[in-house]
Amino acid sequence: MMRGYAGKILDIDLSSGNIKTIKLEEEILREYIGGRGLAVKILWDRLGKKWETVDPLGPENVLTILTGPITGYIPGGRICVSGKSPLCNGIIGSTVGGEFPVELKCSGYDGLIITGKSENPVYLFINDDHVEIRDADKIWGSDGKQTIRKITREVRELLSKNEPNYGKWKEPALLYIGPAGETLNRTAAVMQKWTHAAGYGGYGAVMGSKNLKAVVAKGTGPLPDVYDEEGMKSCLEKIIEDTIKSGTPSLWGTASGGYNVGYGVSAEPIRNWQEEWHDEKSIGADKFAWRLWVKRYWADYGCPTACLKIAVIKSGPFKGAITDNPDYELIAYCGTNLGIFDPEGIVYVSSVVDDVGLSGINGANVMGFAAELYQRGILTKEDFGGIEPKWGDAEAFGKLAWLIAKREKIGDVLAEGTYRAALKISEMKGVDVLKYAVQFKGMEVGAHGIRSGLDYTGRWPMCYACSTQPGDHTSVAFPERPEGMSLPDSLVYCAISYRAGQDLLYEFYRAITGWELTPELWVKKLGRRILQIQRAVLLLGGPDLTWDPLKDDDNPPRWYEPLPSGPKKGSAPSREECLKMRSEFYKTMGWDERGIPTSKELKSLGLDDVDKVLEKIRK
Amino acid sequence: MSEKTQIVWIDRDYMKCSGCRMCEIACSMHHEGKIWPEASRIRVFMLVPGVEIPHLCVQCNDYPCVNSCPSEALSVNEKTGAVVVNEEKCTACGVCIRKCPGNIPHLHPNRKYVVICDLCGGDPECVKICQKAGFYALKTVTLGRRGDTERLVSRTPEEITEDLAFNLYGEKAKELI
Repeated sequence: MMRGYAGKILDIDLSSGNIKTIKLEEEILREYIGGRGLAVKILWDRLGKKWETVDPLGPENVLTILTGPITGYIPGGRICVSGKSPLCNGIIGSTVGGEFPVELKCSGYDGLIITGKSENPVYLFINDDHVEIRDADKIWGSDGKQTIRKITREVRELLSKNEPNYGKWKEPALLYIGPAGETLNRTAAVMQKWTHAAGYGGYGAVMGSKNLKAVVAKGTGPLPDVYDEEGMKSCLEKIIEDTIKSGTPSLWGTASGGYNVGYGVSAEPIRNWQEEWHDEKSIGADKFAWRLWVKRYWADYGCPTACLKIAVIKSGPFKGAITDNPDYELIAYCGTNLGIFDPEGIVYVSSVVDDVGLSGINGANVMGFAAELYQRGILTKEDFGGIEPKWGDAEAFGKLAWLIAKREKIGDVLAEGTYRAALKISEMKGVDVLKYAVQFKGMEVGAHGIRSGLDYTGRWPMCYACSTQPGDHTSVAFPERPEGMSLPDSLVYCAISYRAGQDLLYEFYRAITGWELTPELWVKKLGRRILQIQRAVLLLGGPDLTWDPLKDDDNPPRWYEPLPSGPKKGSAPSREECLKMRSEFYKTMGWDERGIPTSKELKSLGLDDVDKVLEKIRK
Repeated sequence: MSEKTQIVWIDRDYMKCSGCRMCEIACSMHHEGKIWPEASRIRVFMLVPGVEIPHLCVQCNDYPCVNSCPSEALSVNEKTGAVVVNEEKCTACGVCIRKCPGNIPHLHPNRKYVVICDLCGGDPECVKICQKAGFYALKTVTLGRRGDTERLVSRTPEEITEDLAFNLYGEKAKELI
């Protein structure tokens, strides 16, 4: 008997409209858990053999949306979106917070597998046993806020019509894409609640490529039964106690980083990473708090931390802009990295990025890259259709976000993400612009630099380059901890809210599922296996780009330029040292000197089929 | 202290609600023994993101639900003032929901009766967890000489959403609801 899991997932082919329910096998769940782990397993089984030929934006790609066994029970509902990534051509486990995973589990499903492509725009509606593909013609083209508004209204009406005696129906929860996803923008996010994004990976474009505007769920059942009710409750009590005590995340969210990461550890991107240090107290969390936050504590399902805060601009040119916090990453990418240092400007750009459905990190990194090309005169006002993306001009960057989302003018090129845009612009303009692209294997990097050596990422400067989720600041790889966030992404919980230590977490998992899991088992076997499959598909890549580990497991050129300012002025990692670290890391991971997982390593994890496929690239 | 002063009532401050829904978890654990948001007697509506409304019985002075019930399934607990549902007698006809000015009660998602907040007998779980988490969006009020002035009237989630959205988002609220 499976506990903690609903035990089944939906398998939906949008080409034929066929909806199936698949039972999950205990054996597979024990080995791959859920979320990122299960996604990797499903994707490998379905696409592994032909990986390099699968177009991430073609109907053949498989989109997975998966919860984990502890999702819903642990404070802070999250869900993991995955598939073949249109950015890195590998697999990214991209998680996003909100109520959707709980509604889905209460409907009786642990997740969804979506394949094919619908002829017309549609959305999926899941209400317990009733699963329906619904017409989204009238919703297609809507920004995030209007998408939620229209679908909430439509679905509540439908529910009331079906069950008139029930009373008031609460809103359903939905995952959706904005206009950027519809136009197959490779940096488009899968969104929730206006501002929440599964950003890394570009899965908004995958939804768009399937003509899928949203996945909507309203579940009326309870969460699945757990193995040890009392054990679960006592763990939960401890977890909640601990979460309530958390100071900074609750007070400021991650917004406090906006000033501190720039000033304190000198690792905040400024003007497309030309600098990483500033002393702009104007973007301290308190400045946002007292000027702009109308809701001081905003939470996702079950979370007492409430790290989100709602910022609204009530007057001036950006009147009506709404976003959350912004959190640190967006203060950096929709702020300092565009040369914007005033809270109103940052909130405005963040709100536009939310509305169009771009990833606040990936999509805004593209804007910083474009602005540097404008600064250097490589791209001109004409390329931008009249927009002048000057550093600090929030209004211009708001327009640029829409230009990219609609793929107009140079926006059509920038919609391909920083790396692909750099290749194209180099060709268009006859200048090498790759040196200004701050990205890893097609994925734009998170806002924590390595050059000062003071931020957590600076501890080991190859942490982004060697990660199986390249550029992902949440899942950087360290030699002593290569697994990154594979566990939180597979159990699917929030690592900002949960801080009560590993032991309690494993105990909680055991109480819910009744299955054994230890840190050792995870690090040596289960987690490692996920990383090896991710590494394998990342190297298989394709069809438009493939990665050469010896060239691409490296930092972008800018990160070897000495810092021009701040307490660590002149600091930069030595490339030679970095390459040595890389070789060492390859050994730790059981990869050969070219960075490819060895047969021995793969076979020891039972991945014989992966080993066989990798023969292709070993030659 | 007379009997009447002991009657409790759950005051709610929508501006302080984080939307964490721990109240739904606590309520459903208490009443159903499991986490079951749709079976919770307190339900947090979020018809517009950021506009979270903990919606539960306000115990009207005239109890239109109790008085309209055609099968005499509803009564008032004299100590707490809470509406008590007789699950055997209730036929899930929905009359009390329609008679409630705020359409607050709703049917149990799996069973044939309506669910209404019973104040957990006087020490409501939702209030405890909300305060423990530090939000204080919910608090219990003991009705006394002046207690009645602290009470709110029963309103639909749509009505409250409209007001609260305007408070948070200003004129922009019109485009969001």
